Amino acid sequence: MSKIEARGLNVYYEKGTVHALKEVNLEIESNKITALIGPSGCGKTTFLRTLNRMNEVNDVMTKGKVFIDGVEIYNGGVDVIQLRKKVGMVFQQPNPFPMSIYDNVAYGPRVHGTQNKKLDTIVEESLKKAALWDEVHDRLDENALKFSGGQQQRLCISRALAVNPEIILFDEPCSALDPISTSKVEDLLRELKKDYTIVIVTHNMQQAARVSDFTAFFLLGEMIECGKTTQIFEKPKDKRTEDYVTGRFG
Amino acid sequence: MLLGDSAKMPLRKEYTANLEKLKVDVQKMGELAKDSARNAITALVQRDRVLATRIIKENVTIDDLEFDIEKRCMKLIALQQPMAVDLRTIGTCMKIITDFDRISDLAGDIAEIVVRIADDPHVKPLIDIPRMSEISQGMLSDCLEAFSTGEIKMLEDFSERDNEIDALFDQVRRELLTLTIEKPRFIANASHLNFVALHLERIGDHACNIASRIIYMVTGKRRKLE
Ligand SMILES: Nc1ncnc2c1ncn2[C@@H]1O[C@H](COP(=O)(O)OP(=O)(O)OP(=O)(O)O)[C@@H](O)[C@H]1O
Ligand SMILES: [Mg+2]
Repeated sequence: MSKIEARGLNVYYEKGTVHALKEVNLEIESNKITALIGPSGCGKTTFLRTLNRMNEVNDVMTKGKVFIDGVEIYNGGVDVIQLRKKVGMVFQQPNPFPMSIYDNVAYGPRVHGTQNKKLDTIVEESLKKAALWDEVHDRLDENALKFSGGQQQRLCISRALAVNPEIILFDEPCSALDPISTSKVEDLLRELKKDYTIVIVTHNMQQAARVSDFTAFFLLGEMIECGKTTQIFEKPKDKRTEDYVTGRFG
Repeated sequence: MLLGDSAKMPLRKEYTANLEKLKVDVQKMGELAKDSARNAITALVQRDRVLATRIIKENVTIDDLEFDIEKRCMKLIALQQPMAVDLRTIGTCMKIITDFDRISDLAGDIAEIVVRIADDPHVKPLIDIPRMSEISQGMLSDCLEAFSTGEIKMLEDFSERDNEIDALFDQVRRELLTLTIEKPRFIANASHLNFVALHLERIGDHACNIASRIIYMVTGKRRKLE
């Protein structure tokens, strides 16, 4: 069974006037990295946000179904807090809280009621998993905003890991990073997929080709083609996918 | 980048032009290699030393073209990060120019043999050798057409055509062997002809390599033809 499955998913903004996702069907496999690619405005972020119900704000209407581990998440019975614990998210711009490294990572577990004595271990493990521990272990009480962009992004990843999610959504996690930080985050993604299911939005085609197992191509709100990453970049089936990955539209 | 009417505009103009130019030059190199191979057999049949010498000289042009194409492929990969059909095309170009180069080297080797034996009449009428050449010429023509049009139907029977060349090669070898047993003074000439046939057999193999790369370029599937 796939970890995530979207069926006939539609999202509308602006009181239904903007149809941002159109009948999207997509299955996402467990312990794999799935990349979402497509031109700006095609609905990648919108799709990502449906997976942990971050779209549930005024003016946004979601139709269709999303199953996670076979459970329909838009069903009334689903606890959104638990859902977001299970489905973590990392954004394009590193957004650490203006507090210490330690408190950033401990924030989620505290909210979920973890006892203080367990926090040290969680913080250390999360920072280690995000390959940041060696750089910050003796500076845990320093303000997170003092660190570099790449370090902040890995801190945000630690923060997402700290609540022990099963799925992590990355929305262009490297677009603000230099090549070295980018390659650290990419190594990290490969490491993380052993334990997590990862969905990543990226504008960098080579990055999608380097890190992902599966790639889905979106265009104007539609999911055009999804397949093994090697297939999408070597021999896409749809002409529109080919035009996009070769850098030509029209 | 917003998708709207601007999306209809062709992007990456220079890149697209460079790719096109690359294909044109690979095509040109292929034509040259094919012509060398054909001319080498003509020179052999007609014992034409002048033509043979010209083939040997032209080899240099083909070598230069190969280096130039290879350099441009590397540059496109490094600077343009090609994907999908573009990447398959560039990869195919990089591979098949090696085969074209080998074909022109083999044609050059045949031409050198012609230069050495042009004064003496052949030990036997040449029938199978021109036939081998004809088949390999047909294969190379089809490769070049498939490369430029993307139509690969005519590459389907390459294994059979290659088998035919192999069978002719066997026949030539056996015939020359019998001949030299009967008339040992023919040994030198016969062994030269034996090499010519061997080179033609190799050219058939290169045509098969080229065909499998072109099939990959067009379909994205790797298939071995031999
Ligand atoms: N909050 C919103 N209100 C109104 N329209 C929105 C909202 N968010 C997104 N949209 C519209 O929905 C469409 C999809 O937007 P989305 O952010 O999902 O695109 P994207 O693929 O993530 O683009 P990018 O690559 O630029 O991040 C766009 O047309 C956008 O203008
Ligand atoms: Mg987005």
